[in-house]
Amino acid sequence: MKYLDEYRNPEKVKALLREIASITTQNWVIMEICGGQTHAFLHHGLDAMLPPQIELVHGPGCPVCVTPLEQIDKAIAIASRPDVIFTSYGDMLRVPGSTQDLFSVRAKGGDVRVVYSPLDAVGLAEANPDKEVVFFAIGFETTAPANAMAVLQAKNKNIKNFSVITSHVRVPPAMEAILGSKSNRVQAFLAAGHVCAVMGFHEYPSIAEKYHVPIVVTGFEPIDLLNGMVSAIKQLEAGESIAENQYQRAVKFGGNESAQNTIRSVFQSVDRKWRGIGVIPQSGWGLSPDFADFDAEIKFDVGDILTQESPLCIAGEILQGLKKPTGCPAFGKECTPQTPLGAPMVSAEGACAAYYKYHREVTHE
Amino acid sequence: MCLAIPGKLTDIYEKDNLRMAKIDFGGIAREICLEYTPEAKVGDYALVHVGFAISLMDEEEAQETLRLLQEIADIGDELNEM
Amino acid sequence: MNEFDFEGYTCPVPIRPTETVILGHGSGGTLSRDLLRRLFLPDLGTAAPRSLDDSAVVEMNGARFALTTDSHVVSPLFFPGGDIGRLAICGTVNDLAMVGARPIALTCGFVLEEGLPFETLQRVVASMQDAAKEAGVYIAAGDTKVVQKGGADKLFINTSGMGAIADGVNISGANAKEGDVVIASGTIGDHGIAVLSAREDLGFETALESDVAPLNHLIEAMLAAGEIHVLRDPTRGGLATSLVEISEQSNVTIEIEEEKLPYKPAVKAACEMLGFDPLFVANEGKLVAFVKGDDAEMVLSAMKRAKYGEDAAIIGRVIGTGKSQVRLKTAIGGTRLVDMLPGEMLPRIC
Repeated sequence: MKYLDEYRNPEKVKALLREIASITTQNWVIMEICGGQTHAFLHHGLDAMLPPQIELVHGPGCPVCVTPLEQIDKAIAIASRPDVIFTSYGDMLRVPGSTQDLFSVRAKGGDVRVVYSPLDAVGLAEANPDKEVVFFAIGFETTAPANAMAVLQAKNKNIKNFSVITSHVRVPPAMEAILGSKSNRVQAFLAAGHVCAVMGFHEYPSIAEKYHVPIVVTGFEPIDLLNGMVSAIKQLEAGESIAENQYQRAVKFGGNESAQNTIRSVFQSVDRKWRGIGVIPQSGWGLSPDFADFDAEIKFDVGDILTQESPLCIAGEILQGLKKPTGCPAFGKECTPQTPLGAPMVSAEGACAAYYKYHREVTHE
Repeated sequence: MCLAIPGKLTDIYEKDNLRMAKIDFGGIAREICLEYTPEAKVGDYALVHVGFAISLMDEEEAQETLRLLQEIADIGDELNEM
Repeated sequence: MNEFDFEGYTCPVPIRPTETVILGHGSGGTLSRDLLRRLFLPDLGTAAPRSLDDSAVVEMNGARFALTTDSHVVSPLFFPGGDIGRLAICGTVNDLAMVGARPIALTCGFVLEEGLPFETLQRVVASMQDAAKEAGVYIAAGDTKVVQKGGADKLFINTSGMGAIADGVNISGANAKEGDVVIASGTIGDHGIAVLSAREDLGFETALESDVAPLNHLIEAMLAAGEIHVLRDPTRGGLATSLVEISEQSNVTIEIEEEKLPYKPAVKAACEMLGFDPLFVANEGKLVAFVKGDDAEMVLSAMKRAKYGEDAAIIGRVIGTGKSQVRLKTAIGGTRLVDMLPGEMLPRIC
């Protein structure tokens, strides 16, 4: 496939690995923000090909992992209603709420459906006027424009039986939260290319400067990831810290303004709790008051659901790059993709699931 | 996060007041929304996430990246030969 | 932003295995295996020898027979390249053939939902006849039940079958040996993606067709060409799940090479779009064979000459014993583990 296959060329991968080995003189800790990038590193076996001085830590950029337990419990409560068709991106169905997941709701008779696009959920609402169609609008900046358009379209077409549970999160506040933490170890970021396709990277130069940390916008193919590494390591070795773009074919400095405008018209900035991490101020988007009619939390009056997370897993430390999945005592034992203790073990993009799938030394019974 | 892949626009049309397109990912086609890339033309490649084109692929930049890579690869080969 | 303190954050409560059956229990992956091991085998399987191969091998008066059963619940009933009828015949024929048996006779049980049009049923039965003829098996017995509207989804078919195993043929997932060459009989993932594309909910279009086909004649050609140790049809759970099962049954380390795996471009594209791993996608007319190293080229060329083996390719080999593991050499030169499908395959969107 054009724009993918060229960036998986083994010869060029080798050349970039040689380049990385030749410019690296000391130990560096680099975080890839995005779960898709974590997945790509492990899927291609690329992490193990880096020089030993480079420690890759995996960031919180897995929207499924960081969606707070309360929102999942609300989703489960709404999805269990007989009058509701509950729609969601596929990854969310397996994520554990307090007592069950959306799959279990479906097993008990709930109408829970996977959609590829939020516009498909709007279409379902039109096709099923006697039902309430609810869409679980999660995701980072990449997904927000699509979810915003679905709400806007429902409003424009006066579709009354469509609503959303929102749980949008944004990358820059999370980066600052990680960098501002006492326990931070991250020395450079590979920034999430598809988030930047929407938002651009105009927010990054000031963060790079303030925390003296190189930030390199990076794509998702092996060569993209290695190109990003080369830029980050060059900066680290030279003591520089600027925001750079290594995903020029898809990302412009200002991003996609049309998408940003729609986001601003539908959503407003809110404090958002990140599962496993905690509340990060102004780190998310919620529906703005103009769109309250489409807010499923108001429509179904789910109110505040009290949840309690047990301290059994270390997702928080993993999501901010303090520990590796293999450093968790429960990894591969109590906690597996079948019996997840935490969301990072559930989502295909979760660091724990990626490690379980690609990295675990298997000792089958 | 945010699985997005490039595909080629093969048809552009209006539907429900939205600018839509048919996009081909190489043997698999789907309808996507073009509202965020209104400048897109048939034949362009768009980066698609959850049924929306979020940016258009920049062929010149892509070539430039590959050219720079080739330089790195060539330098590596020269070093190997030395 | 102020100093941000990450200490004291906790993580979700453990969710123990569900109280109810969920779809993932039927996915052919680890959830299916758990169900088998924890519930069915302790209660139902204790009296008989258990190989966990595609068919059981039963001995009678010195002769060996293969016995198997399979239920088919595919939706939609008709999909590009096939339908539930062809699937029901081929699935059972292939399960028999995967232990080296010559399929002889099948039985079929129909569960029909009230309101199913006769025209639909006729089309399915005609397709079953064609497939049975192609495979060279006959339908020896049958049964029909009708359930109330909503009691089943249109039409379910169970097929059971028996086959005869010739002397000297000894094929089992437990027989893989160091040095064996791993051969795939053709492109991977066609069936799973074709069926998915026929469902409206994901809204994608493709000319891709299911590969559903009876493989017994292909296997006859292979058996004549060289020493075969293992045969398996990577249906639900895909190639990855089959390989992991074989590595466990034989206690061997298998290494496959990403670059050698045959895929149709549309399957690759669909997997990129949905975030699927093609190694997990179902096949219905493909097999994976573990062949004695010296015989591999002979078997491969016999496959390429046979119907349904034209695109056969060597994809890897058994590189060690004593450790059950499947490794993948990635196209860019890395190495990673291959695991079974954990549950139902879900489009990865974020």
